[in-house]
Order: sequence, then C-alpha cells, then structure tokens
Amino acid sequence: MLIVNGLYKTFNSGTCNQKEALINTSIHVRQGDFISIIGGNGAGKSTLLNCIAGVYPIDRGSIVIENTDVTNLPEHKRATVLGRVFQDPMMGTASNMGIEENLALAYRRGKKRGLSWGISNKERSLYKEQLKTLGLGLEERMTTKVGLLSNGQRQALTLLMATLKKPKLLLLDEHTAALDPKTAKKVLEITDQIIKEHNLTAMMVTHNMRDAIKHGNRLIMMHEGQIILDINGEDKKKLTVEALLDRFGKVSGEEFANDRALLS
Amino acid sequence: MLQIITGAISLGLLWAIMTIGVYITYRILNIADLTVEGSITMGAAIAAKALTGGVNPYLAIILAFFGGMLAGLFTGILHTKLKIPALLSGILTMIALYSVNLRIMGTSNLSLIRAETVYMPFQAMGLNQNNAAIVVGLICVSILVAILYWFFGTEIGSVIRATGNNPHMVRAQGVNTDLTIVIGLVLSNGLVAVSGGLIAQSQRFADIQMGTGSIVIGLASVIIGEVLFSRNGFLSKLISLVLGAVIYRVIIAFVLKLGMPANDLKLFTAITVAIALALPIFKEYLQTLKKSSMGVD
Ligand SMILES: Nc1ncnc2c1ncn2[C@@H]1O[C@H](COP(=O)(O)OP(=O)(O)OP(=O)(O)O)[C@@H](O)[C@H]1O
Ligand SMILES: [Mg+2]
Repeated sequence: MLIVNGLYKTFNSGTCNQKEALINTSIHVRQGDFISIIGGNGAGKSTLLNCIAGVYPIDRGSIVIENTDVTNLPEHKRATVLGRVFQDPMMGTASNMGIEENLALAYRRGKKRGLSWGISNKERSLYKEQLKTLGLGLEERMTTKVGLLSNGQRQALTLLMATLKKPKLLLLDEHTAALDPKTAKKVLEITDQIIKEHNLTAMMVTHNMRDAIKHGNRLIMMHEGQIILDINGEDKKKLTVEALLDRFGKVSGEEFANDRALLS
Repeated sequence: MLQIITGAISLGLLWAIMTIGVYITYRILNIADLTVEGSITMGAAIAAKALTGGVNPYLAIILAFFGGMLAGLFTGILHTKLKIPALLSGILTMIALYSVNLRIMGTSNLSLIRAETVYMPFQAMGLNQNNAAIVVGLICVSILVAILYWFFGTEIGSVIRATGNNPHMVRAQGVNTDLTIVIGLVLSNGLVAVSGGLIAQSQRFADIQMGTGSIVIGLASVIIGEVLFSRNGFLSKLISLVLGAVIYRVIIAFVLKLGMPANDLKLFTAITVAIALALPIFKEYLQTLKKSSMGVD
C-alpha cells in the first residue's frame, strides 16, 4: 500500500542549525494497517508524515503509494489520495467559512473544480447525515463559521473532512494533543469508529503510550530519525507501557524522553 | 453643493471597482498587493491610448481589463513561482509598470478632450457629466457585484476564498494554492485596471501619476465599508465596499470644501487609514486599561 524506502531528510542543511530529522527510514504499510507511532520529542514522527504528504521535498529515498511513485509529486497532487488531520486544530479547516462549506471543499478532493456552484442541496443532506455520526450536534449548525467551534469540534470535523472522500491513507499527527483529556478520548473514539467503518489504512502519531497500545494493529517507535521498534499482531495486543519503555531502553540505550508521554 | 456631491458619488462609483479589486487581494487572499498602484494607471493608459487611436470606448475598457490581468499574472508568478514575498512582488510589478505605462502612453499625460467616451451616449440623453458617470458607474458596479457574487460561490471561487483563510487546508484538499493565488491576483488587477480606464474616460485624461497612493484609497474605502456596514453574507460585503468607496469620496469632497489644501489629501488619507487599521489595537488597549483599573480594588 505505502512503501517508504531509505528516506533521508535534513533541515537547514549546511548551517549550524543542521538537523538530520530522518535517517534512512523505511517502512512498508500494508492495506488495512492502523499504525500508531510514538517517539520522543524531535524523533522525526511529524517529519515522516509530512514527507509522505509532500509538505517538503526529501533528500533521498522514495515514497510509493499503491504502485504510484509519488516521491516527486507536489503536496496538492498527493492530497488526492491522502486524508490528513493535524495537531493544531486551526490547520485543518477554513475558520472564516461555514461547516458545510468546509465539508464541500473536502468532498471535492481529487476532483476537478469548475464553475458549478460550490455546494449542492443533495450534498447538504449527506453532510447532515455524516455530521450526525459524530454525535456532537454539529448537524444543527451547518452554516456556523468553523472559527466559532471548540478545538474538539474542529478536530472531529477535520477528521470527517479527511475521510469524506475515502482516502487511501489517513495521516493523523497528534490530532488529539491540543484537546482536554475528555475531548481527546471522544475524538479518538470517533477516529476508531471512522477507520473501522471505512476500513481505512491509517498512521497515527500520538504522545500517549496507552493510546498507542490501545489503538491500531501495529505500533512503531521512532528515535533520532529512525524506526527502532515495529510491533505487530499478537505482540502488539500483549504490549504494556512498562514493556514498551523497557524495550525502548534496550534498543536505544537511553531513557524515553518525552515528558508528555510519561505524564499521561 | 449638489454638484460637489454628485461629483463625489460618481467618482466613488468608478473607484468602487478598484476597491473591489483591492478587497479580493487584501481580504480574500490576505495579501497586501501593491501592483494596483501600477495597474490602475495601466488601465487608464491603455484606455487612453486606445481612445486616441479611435478604438471603441467599450473595447478600450476591455483592453484595459486584459492589461490589468497581465500585471496581476506577473505579480502572481513572481510570488508563487519565484517565491518572492507578496508585498515585494507587488512593488516590483508596480515599479516595472511605471516604465511600461510611459511606453504605452508615449508621454506622461495623455489628453482625451476630443475622444469619444462610454459616458457620451448618456450625456446625449440629456444627463450632465456627473450624472452620466453615476449611471455608468452604477451599471458597471451592479454587473460586477452580481458576477463576483456568483464567482465566489462556485467551486473555484470557494477554494480561492479558502486559500486566503488557510492555505494548508486547501493544499490538503488537493488544490494547488499557487494557482488560486494567481487567479485572485489576475482578477483583482483586471478590475483595478477597468476602474482606471473608466476614470480616465471620465476625467478625460490619463496621467502617469494617477496611481500614486491608490492602494491607500482602496484600503480606506474597504475599511469604511466594513466599519459602517459590516454584515454577514458575501453579497452585503460587496455592496458595503461600493458604499465605502462612495462615502470616502464624499468625505474627501467635504474636507476639501472646508478648506483643506488638496496637496494635504494624501497625508489625510494615510492618517485615516492608519487609525482605522489600528482600531483593534486601541480597543484591546482600552479593555486592558479597564480590566487593570478594576483589578486594583
Ligand atoms: N520545518 C523545519 N525546519 C527545521 N527543522 C525542523 C523542521 N521540522 C522539524 N524540524 C526538526 O527536525 C527534528 C524532527 O522533528 P519532528 O517534528 O519530526 O519531531 P516529532 O517526532 O514530531 O516531535 P514532537 O513529538 O515534538 O512533535 C526536530 O529536531 C525538529 O527540530
Ligand atoms: Mg510532531
């Protein structure tokens, strides 16, 4: 489904701020995988997802999505097969525009946009139905400006937008990190529900080890620009936080350094 | 007195088209585009040159439209392809246009005293010059508002609106934001040039200096419209821009009448706009003052 091969990404190359964010990173994501990704601050998790999405060019390596080499495709072209939700709730939606307008923009992902009206009545009833499944009452506020929604509501809406047109791959980068624990839990539930319902392939970065263990069928740990653990199937089901920390210590020879992960 | 007012209204309506152009870049795309200083003159220059060459005055306006669009395209390419910051891209085009406009006109001031204009058919119907300009202005503005209301509701129009709001999101939805930015700049400068062409025909000359400070006039009109008539809904926003442009001209006519020297006009406008742009900061400051004075006891 997704094959990332020998990825290198260095920021600020040649300056004193040079940072090797990804070093020879490879991963093979299978159809239907739901991968949770953990790792310390600056481990390269966001960089990996951003490279897959084409936010910036990579230095070396290749990225293939369903037999299409996308390594040199610009971000907006790759977006046609990707769904993305970001850590910052402001990033995923246009705040000056209404809920239904945002959904209409997302509904046309991958289609040619022309001079027909930006939203049709038929779509409106579809959006209403889909919003209902979120259970947040947003279906009653279709024309409300997204800027007036709470962070949790915005993330749930972004999630819906990312999956309204079924993506080949869903990329979630700490999409619950900016939310309070209760809202985070709710958004995670919605995430699970949507991924199951549409049978999506997904990669989810989280700083919460418990969430990483609880969700998905596969867990990846990153450290200093490399994937140091890749746990699957039965092993994944049996994981505990302690076992995970222990394995991290053995592989990296360090203590796990992500304050947020340890506190939560 | 009446003549001063009708004069101000007619000028306001012609400048309203320019104001709508400025709104497209400044508010919709979230870019301060200085190209307009050159493209408004370019519109005047093209229309004037065409008229002196005996071209139909309506066709002259259409030519001006294309010229302005070209200017917008140039800025758009500088900004999106060559990654030059938007403000600087606009300045570069503006400077370049100064030479281009001189070349188009062949002189720094082109008189249209004997040329036929779009206003003449209405003057032939018995309207005086100001009223003819008001009629033409109203017709143009109405058509424009209707077309833009439609356009920004379409699929393409929606993504242009979203681009100024959140380009990240637009790219994540599979849209090339370089393209939407260029379309916005092209459209905006095309309209600004149309405004320039109409103004030149109305004042019966084109001058190389006529664009100087026009961005500030456009911004002043946008802000006046927003402050006085701020409502939700795109249609009422467009209409408020037109009213803003007219009211700006009426205000200017009055301060001139009250005896302010015409040479101080630009200073006056710049100060007004600076104050209007700073209003949110003043409000915030007043609020913190209030809060801190309450916190004392
Ligand atoms: N746009 C950028 N410019 C320069 N350096 C960057 C950029 N993005 C990331 N980096 C650097 O690359 C390294 C990896 O960053 P990345 O954001 O991928 O980490 P992360 O694993 O997502 O961490 P976190 O848990 O803090 O989100 C960090 O050292 C970071 O400072
Ligand atoms: Mg990150």
